[in-house]
Amino acid sequence: MPSLGADMTEGTLVQWNVKPGDPIKRGDIIAVVGTEKADIEVEVYETGTIEKLIARPGDKMPVGTPLAMIRVEGEAAVVAAAPETAPPKPAGRVRASPMARKLAQELGVDLEKLQGTGPGGAIERDDVEQAAKQVAIAPPVEPAAGMRHAIALAMARSNREIPHYYLSTQIDMTKALHWLEQCNQQRSIEKRVLPAALLLKAVANGLVEVPELNGFWTDDQLKVSSDIHLGVAISLRRGGLMIPAILSAHEKSIEDLMAALRDVITRARAGRLRSSEITEGTITVTNLGDLGVETVYGVIYPPQLALVGFGKIVERPWADQGMLGVRPVLTATLAADHRATDTHRGAQFLQTLDSLLQEPEKL
Amino acid sequence: MSETKIRQAVFDTIRQIAPEADPRKIGVNENLREALDIDSFDFLNLLISLHKRLGVEIPEADYGQLVTLSGLVRYLSSKLADRPGRNS
Repeated sequence: MPSLGADMTEGTLVQWNVKPGDPIKRGDIIAVVGTEKADIEVEVYETGTIEKLIARPGDKMPVGTPLAMIRVEGEAAVVAAAPETAPPKPAGRVRASPMARKLAQELGVDLEKLQGTGPGGAIERDDVEQAAKQVAIAPPVEPAAGMRHAIALAMARSNREIPHYYLSTQIDMTKALHWLEQCNQQRSIEKRVLPAALLLKAVANGLVEVPELNGFWTDDQLKVSSDIHLGVAISLRRGGLMIPAILSAHEKSIEDLMAALRDVITRARAGRLRSSEITEGTITVTNLGDLGVETVYGVIYPPQLALVGFGKIVERPWADQGMLGVRPVLTATLAADHRATDTHRGAQFLQTLDSLLQEPEKL
Repeated sequence: MSETKIRQAVFDTIRQIAPEADPRKIGVNENLREALDIDSFDFLNLLISLHKRLGVEIPEADYGQLVTLSGLVRYLSSKLADRPGRNS
């Protein structure tokens, strides 16, 4: 059972898309798993053959429990599905960090019953905390409440663990919007690009310049990601939100980002997201401009390092070289983890974002 | 195409974009996006669907005419009426 969220502890197998003997390749969707937030399509990370299906539809299983056995191409060994997110627990003495052992004793958690998410399946402090929470939450939650519960866990963890700092800047969007308008005149309506895609491109390029905001804070260390997978906060029509990632955003053109954004929004609202999109986001972007919000003070999605917020583009008086005019102005904010970066670096990111949007044709 | 049929096409399209909404309850002069609680992506999807369904080109510059239900129906009626070789 893959971990499909910062605080996911278990999931329910909804359906298998494969049967024993079926050939599979990396990226194939082999199953659908129900989480508190939504049903997620589970991709496979190996190429080979389905050896055995262990879980049955309807089974509720802890994160890390093998769902199936896969015979990897070219290898005699048989491995469990989805080992990348949570390796199987090794036999013998329970592997746990000293902090995890101490905490388990304090909270009355049985380490023998836990599946570690650390290196080699070692149990870490987070695993014990999650298990303690599960003990406290006795009755199963209703599906509608499940979404709220999952968000509550992730956001409470964020506020508890991450020392946020916030910065904001106002960006003159005259050139960016004019350029976009000119480009859109040449495009069919199906290929039309919204400002949101332009902003995503600017964020991705900005992170290339300031990579310390892109990645994770785990094991008390900054782990910068070389890939930029932009998590996009998407509100669902039935309430709640999902943060699927647009993978390798820095390698995509603005047109490709727009297409990816439309695709991921459509699938998020239809409940057809893939596991890699849920687990691999390296930073989150929230755009609340459609709701009239001017400034976004975000809460970082752990263990990510930052969240970039965009508000509504509004007309404002704007002084430039001694001349006062009216310009379309966007407020961009950065919520960042102070353990990973200082405000100076955060300010450089917002400055870079502004500079990039003044030359949209170069994005 | 009659205005009634255009309105029906708009309603059908809205139901695809916002299945939980009842377009008949939207005031004709109400802000469409606010009434349906749809974002810029859903609004663009609405226009793309109407474009495919009715064959009407909708340039970005005309978005200002599409704020309300009555404005949208009026705009589409006008575009369809202007189309050469129409059969109404």
